[in-house]
Order: sequence, then C-alpha cells, then structure tokens
Amino acid sequence: MSALLKLTGVETYIGRYHILQGVDFEVPEGRTTMLLGRNGAGKTTTLRTIMGLWQPKNGSITLAGEPIEKLATPDIAQRGVGYVPESMAVFSDLTVKENLVLAARNGPLDDAQLAWIFGFFPALKKFWLSRAGSLSGGQKQMLSIARAIVEPRKLLLIDEPTKGLAPAIVMSLIECLKEIKRRGATILLVEQNFHAARELGDHVLVMDNGTIVHRGEMAALAADVPLQERLLGLSLEAHQ
Amino acid sequence: MSEIAATDALPKPKRDIAPLLLPVVLAIVMIPLVGSASSWVTLTVASLAMGMMIFIMASGLTLVFGLMDVLNFGHGAFIAVGAYVATLVLLPLASWAQADSLLANLAVLVPAALLSMGVTGALGLVVERVLVLPVYGQHLKQILMTTGGLIVAEQTLYALFGPQIIPMPLPTALRGSFILGDIVISKYRLLAMLLGFAIFVAIELVLNRTKIGLLIRAGVENREMVEALGYRIRRLFLGVFMTGSALAGLGGVMWGLYREQVHASIGDELTVLVFIVVIIGGLGSITGCFIGAILVAMVANYGGFLVPKLALVSNILLMVAVLMWRPRGLYAVTSR
Amino acid sequence: MMILSGDPPRSRALSILLVVIILALLATPFIFPGAKALNVAAKICIFAALVASYDLLLGYTGSVSFAHTMFYGIGSYAIAIALYGLGPNWTSVAVAVAAGLPLALLLALAIGLFSLRVEAIFFAMITLAVASAFLVLASQLSWLTGGEDGRSFQLPELLRPGTVFVGKEWFGFPVNGRILTYYLVLTACAAMILALLRVVNSPFGRVLQAIRENRFRAEALGYRTVFHLTYANCIAAAVAACAGMLNALWLRYAGPDTSLAFSIMLDILLMVVIGGMGTIYGAIIGAAIFILAQNYLQALMGIASTAATDAGLPLLPGLLHPDRWLLWLGLLFIASVYFFPTGVVGRLRNRPPAAR
Repeated sequence: MSALLKLTGVETYIGRYHILQGVDFEVPEGRTTMLLGRNGAGKTTTLRTIMGLWQPKNGSITLAGEPIEKLATPDIAQRGVGYVPESMAVFSDLTVKENLVLAARNGPLDDAQLAWIFGFFPALKKFWLSRAGSLSGGQKQMLSIARAIVEPRKLLLIDEPTKGLAPAIVMSLIECLKEIKRRGATILLVEQNFHAARELGDHVLVMDNGTIVHRGEMAALAADVPLQERLLGLSLEAHQ
Repeated sequence: MSEIAATDALPKPKRDIAPLLLPVVLAIVMIPLVGSASSWVTLTVASLAMGMMIFIMASGLTLVFGLMDVLNFGHGAFIAVGAYVATLVLLPLASWAQADSLLANLAVLVPAALLSMGVTGALGLVVERVLVLPVYGQHLKQILMTTGGLIVAEQTLYALFGPQIIPMPLPTALRGSFILGDIVISKYRLLAMLLGFAIFVAIELVLNRTKIGLLIRAGVENREMVEALGYRIRRLFLGVFMTGSALAGLGGVMWGLYREQVHASIGDELTVLVFIVVIIGGLGSITGCFIGAILVAMVANYGGFLVPKLALVSNILLMVAVLMWRPRGLYAVTSR
Repeated sequence: MMILSGDPPRSRALSILLVVIILALLATPFIFPGAKALNVAAKICIFAALVASYDLLLGYTGSVSFAHTMFYGIGSYAIAIALYGLGPNWTSVAVAVAAGLPLALLLALAIGLFSLRVEAIFFAMITLAVASAFLVLASQLSWLTGGEDGRSFQLPELLRPGTVFVGKEWFGFPVNGRILTYYLVLTACAAMILALLRVVNSPFGRVLQAIRENRFRAEALGYRTVFHLTYANCIAAAVAACAGMLNALWLRYAGPDTSLAFSIMLDILLMVVIGGMGTIYGAIIGAAIFILAQNYLQALMGIASTAATDAGLPLLPGLLHPDRWLLWLGLLFIASVYFFPTGVVGRLRNRPPAAR
C-alpha cells in the first residue's frame, strides 16, 4: 500500500515558538490514520501545516509524490485535500445550501452525493435554507464534514470532530465516518475520544512535544493497556 | 444547482430593522419642524441625492475592510483622481456637454465616467500591490502607508493639474429641475439618487445571488476557511479593492458635477465624511453603509436648514449618538 | 544620565547627530544671524516637542490619532485669544495657560473615554473626524478666533523685538526680546522632551509598551489598559497644547493654517516615522530633517525645476516645483515605513557596533 501523504522532518514555528520539531509520518492510501496525543502536542499544528495555513520552516510534505510544503492553501485544497478544522468554521452568515455550494468548487452540487450526505445528516436537508449560524453545534459539525466530502477528495484532514458533542451525536458521526471510510477515503483524523479512535482507526500515530513518539496499528495499541498508559498517560478502557 | 425542498426551517433570526427605520423616522419627524412641504421635499431629495453619492464613495472602503481587514486611509485619493480624470474628457469636449442635446451630453458624460472608473480601478490595482500587500494584518502600518499614498496622490494631482479650482459645469440636459406644483426637484439630484440606488441594488444582488458574492460574504467571516476550500482569496480581494476604487472614482465624478468644480482637496474633505459613514454603518456592512450615508446627508441638510451653526459639528454628534447606541456601528459584521 | 532618564541615545552616530543639532539650536542666534534662520530654529524646537508628544501615542501605545493638531491648536488659540482680548501682558499668558491646558485635557479625556466604548480600530477615524470638525469650528467662529484670518496680537513688553538688552556693539546685532523669546521656546521644549523621556522610561511607559505589544495580555496581567491609554492621551495632549502656546508666542499669531490644518497633522506623522517611532529622540531628528527640508530643499527644487524647464523636459518641472516638495517627502515616508520602519534612530542604533 502506497503512502498518499508523507511528512519528512517537518518543523513549524509559530512566532518564536518551535511547535513541530521534526515530524515524520506517512498516511497510506485508502486507510484511516489516527493522530493522538496530549493537548499542545502539535496535532492541530500538524494538520494546519499540511493544509498550508502555517508554512513549515524545514522538511518536506508530499501528496501523491508531489511536494506541497511550499504551496499556498488554495493550491493544496485544489489538489484534493479536504479540511475540517477544529472550530468547524462554517460560514454562519450563509445558508446550509450556500455553504455547500461554495464547497463544491468544481461545479454544481451533485444530487447523488447530496442524497448520500442527507442519508447521514438529515438535519442538513431539513434546514437547507436556514442560516448555518442558527444550527446547533452538532449540526454545524455535520455541515463542516459535509463540506469536506461534498466533492470527492483524495485526502481528508479532520480535527477533533467529536469535540463538545452529545454522545448520541458522536455515535452517528462515527457511523458516518465509517461509511466515508468504506467508500475508500483516505483520512487523517485527530481525535481525543478514544472510543471513536478505536472504532475508526486503522493506523495510529501518537504525538508528544512536536514529534511522533509512536506509530503502529490501532488495534495493537487498543489491545496494549500498558503502552497506552505510557504514551497517553491513561488507558482507553478507563474512558469507555 | 440542485433544488431541495427544505422540509423545515429554523426560526429565522429576527431581522434587525431598527436601523432601517431610522432615516424614515428622521424624515417624518422633520415634517413639522421644517414647516413647509415644499422645503421638506427639497431637503429630503437633497439628502437622498447627497447620501447616495457618499454611499457610492464609501461602499468600496467598507467592503475592503470587511473582507481583508484593511484600513485604507488613502481612499479619498481615488475620489479626487476620479473627479480630475473626468475633467480631461469634460473640458475639451465642453461644447458637446453644453450642447442642447441629451445625446451629445451623454456622449461626453458616459465616456468621462467610464474613463474615471477605469483609471481609478487601475490605480487601485497599483495601490493594492504596492502599498497594501506588504502590510497585511498590520493596522498601524496600513494607516501609515495609505496616508503616505494619499499625500503622494494629492501632490501629484497638484503637479499635473495645478493648484487652482477647475470648473466642472453640468451638461445642459442635467441642469434645471422638474417642477410639480410648488415642489422643485433638480434633475441632477434625481439622477444621483437613481444611480446610487441602482448601485446599492447591484452590490446587494452580487453579494447575495452570485458565487463571487458568496465568496465575499464567506471571506468577511473566515478568510482561512475560504482558502482551505481552494479559492484564492487574494485575487478576490484585489478584485474588490479595484471595484471599490472605481466606485470611489465614480463618486468623485458625481461630486465634482454636483459642486460644479474640482480641487485636489476634495479627497480630504470627503475622506472624513466617508469615514463617518462607514463607522456609523458598521465596518464591512453594505446595508449599514447605505443607511449611514443617508443619515449623514440628512443630518447635514435638515441640520443646515434648521440650525445652520450646528451643521459644523452635526456629523460628529450623529456619530457619537449612533456609537453610544451601537458601539460597533448600526450593523456589526459578525465574528471579528 | 539622570537627565536622560537612563535612556541614552545608545549609538555613537546618533549621539553626535543629536549633539550637533542641539548645539546648532543653542547657537543659532549668534552663528546664523537673520530672521529666517531663527524662525527655522524655533520651529524645529516647537515641532520636536510636538512630535515627541505624538510619539508617546504612536510609538509607545501604537494608537494612531489624527487629533493631535487639535490640541496644538487649542494651545495656539488660547494664547492668541487671551493676548488679543486681555491685552499684551503676563496675566493674559497665565490666563491662556489656565484655560487652554484644562480644555485640552478635558477633550483628550472625552475622546479617550468615548473611544473605549467603541472598537479600537475606530480610534484613528474618530480622531480624524473630531479634529476636522474642530478645524471647521475654529474657522467659522470668527468673533472668537478671527476665522480664516486668525488672530494677530502683541506680546508682553519683555518679549518684543523692540526691547533691547545688549546693544549692537557687542555681537554686531542687538540681543533683544525676540532672542529672549527664542531661548524661552528652546528651554520649554527641551524641558518637555526630557519630561517625555522620563515618562516613557518610567514603569508607566513600560506598561504602555506592553499594551502596544499585546493589549489582552497586558490586561490579563492586571493592568487597567483603559486607564493607561487615557492617561497617555492626556499627557500627549497637554504637551501638544504647550507646544501650541509656544508656537503662537513665537509667531505672534494663531490661525487655522499654522496650527490646525490637516497638513500639519501629516507633517507630524512624517516627522515621527522618518525620525523613528517609539524612541523620543526620533522626534528631534525627524523635526530637524523635515523642517530643514521644508525651508531649504524647496530652494534646491526650484533650481532643479527651472533647469528641467530650460531643458524642455515634460512633466518634471511640475513634479520638481518647490510647492511639490511634500510629494517627495510622501514618497520618502512610504519608503521608510516599508524599508526602515524604525526610522533614522532605529537605523543608527542597529548599525553593528564598530570594532573595539
């Protein structure tokens, strides 16, 4: 299985702060790779650096073999990278429809794709012409994800989609992401919810202090309680 | 685009109409105060005409701020350049402009306005690339750079056109008034009103009905996410900046014709008015800018009629009053 | 060191430049006799103080105010109106100070408090609007201010050119009230600049810089930024008003063009940026460069313009016309914001120290 995304020695500074201190990893095509770690380990910065929202000072990032670390954000997006930021960043002044129209950059909305999205997120159909700002937190998250998958993308970068959502909504979100996965998407997913991580992840990366401190199979990490405690300071089981 | 029947709608956020009613209420309150109906109509038409001209000049400034968080203190330069460029066409072809034929008048007026907009639009391109691009995100430097640009533009105008006042007579067809009973409405004011309103409607349509407009509205809210969806927002911004500059140029032409003269200080004079309008309206809001322009013009006209001395500071009082009521302007643009 | 509040120029070139400027200003009446040189020197002194007070706002708090000439104008008009109305004596001067300073402070306080209620980004625009309204007011209330013509007035006896202290026989020219006025201006301006240096190097000045760097963090550290900013506004306004008073005393006149015009505000901005923001010393350098250019560069431009006309070049004569000197200064201004935002002082300070 080939690597769709490859980071080598990526270092990112924010102001004077050295946040990413040499990040190396690969995201294999067609699989879901989890990025775990404490708060402040550099997970969000990693996603933002891939997306071009921060410029890495050193190192290389390749997407399907092409170096992208020097490209501007729109160029990276145009190469097929979908991004769901931590803050969701829906355009609250625009309607649900307008949000998706913008996200479908290459043309009119595709009915089949929309029908599929509505299958998971009926709320989006229900409130199609309402302002996105008036949606609930969970609905905004759904819209944010819908925006990333409204067109086929090579790679999805998703930052803590379950954060702050009610458990029932988390469950349906996990189902939706599983379905996206079944359709062959390549996903790099930052997640703090270990249940979600175990359900979704094929591979796992653990970050600490701006570097990758563990890489392996999600199943192996899920089964190895001492390793979890060593890497994450707590066990997955305790968080069921 | 697929049409989906929304099975339900969330309760719409209440439309905030209080600011919209403000000019209407103000106009009605003025009826007994002004006394005579004909004076009231004249003053109201004058307010609307002046308001629309100021709106045309201010709209670009407020959009540029909303979209890119850029404060352009040199906006007045575009107004002045616009007015001067129009004289390049209007003066040599003065015989056409003064001919008693609408066609001949338009044949000189329309090219003059278009040339002004073309030149100020192109100037906008240069200013954005040279003065604004290097200082994105730094308000202090933006103010300094664009103020420097204003000085240079004004001095260049003096150098090219001389320090004297240049007359800019109205074409014949626009002189005079329509008379309905004892109500007199000057033709040019009517034209200014219609043109300004048409531009307001056009901007609203573009913002609400086109993809470019969607992008601008989305960009006002979250630039980064628009880029993450694959759009080059810098290019969009350049487009908005150039359009705003061209509109300021058009406003300059209209103001010059309204005053029937041009002077390089026109930029300074109007900069203050335009700033007050965008502050009152809420930086970044087109509707607010529209209401603000009308309010400023109303206060100037009614105030000038009722208490001439007050007219000197009436704009400041209006600004203070509005900001006391709504500290971010009539329509605050969200999330900044 | 004490007198400089522990903030020396920190650069040999800068120190030399400052010493040269100060010595030249001190000696002007004796080495450059004549009205023009003395006028230029007095203007440099007054503007150095005015610009230094503006630097307190722009350089140390990072807020752009366009109302600084308003305070300058209040000072000028206070002197003019008092001396014109109450007669040329020292009581009138005292009345002017007693009325002008509180008025300036009150207005600064009002603007400060009002701009707290609104967004910080409005500050520059609000001050611009207020200042322009004040200018219109001053030129319209002719019964009080003399309108567009301004007010000319007589100075107290002691300061008049006719009052001779030392006769011609000593220096070849009489030491009179005019020269005394000059030294009064020089001393007062020096005192104000040293006081501002003290302010910015006090703990209060450090807080201002913290606010400039990060207002939220300064607030989180427990500083009442509102109080500090308003206080800085008031200090700057008071100094500007005093500079305005000196200006009126020197010119024996106050009018819109010499104290309130928007072009003076732009001059101040140019001087701060060219001299170097946030340094106080930059004010002295900026004022000296700018005013010398204003008075002597124009002559050069006149020569160049005539030469260009003779050579039959298009456009250049217009661009080089002496009245267009501000055009070139505007370009210099943009270039300095762009290439050396720390101005002359920043440049001189950042030069690698000479080998020791």
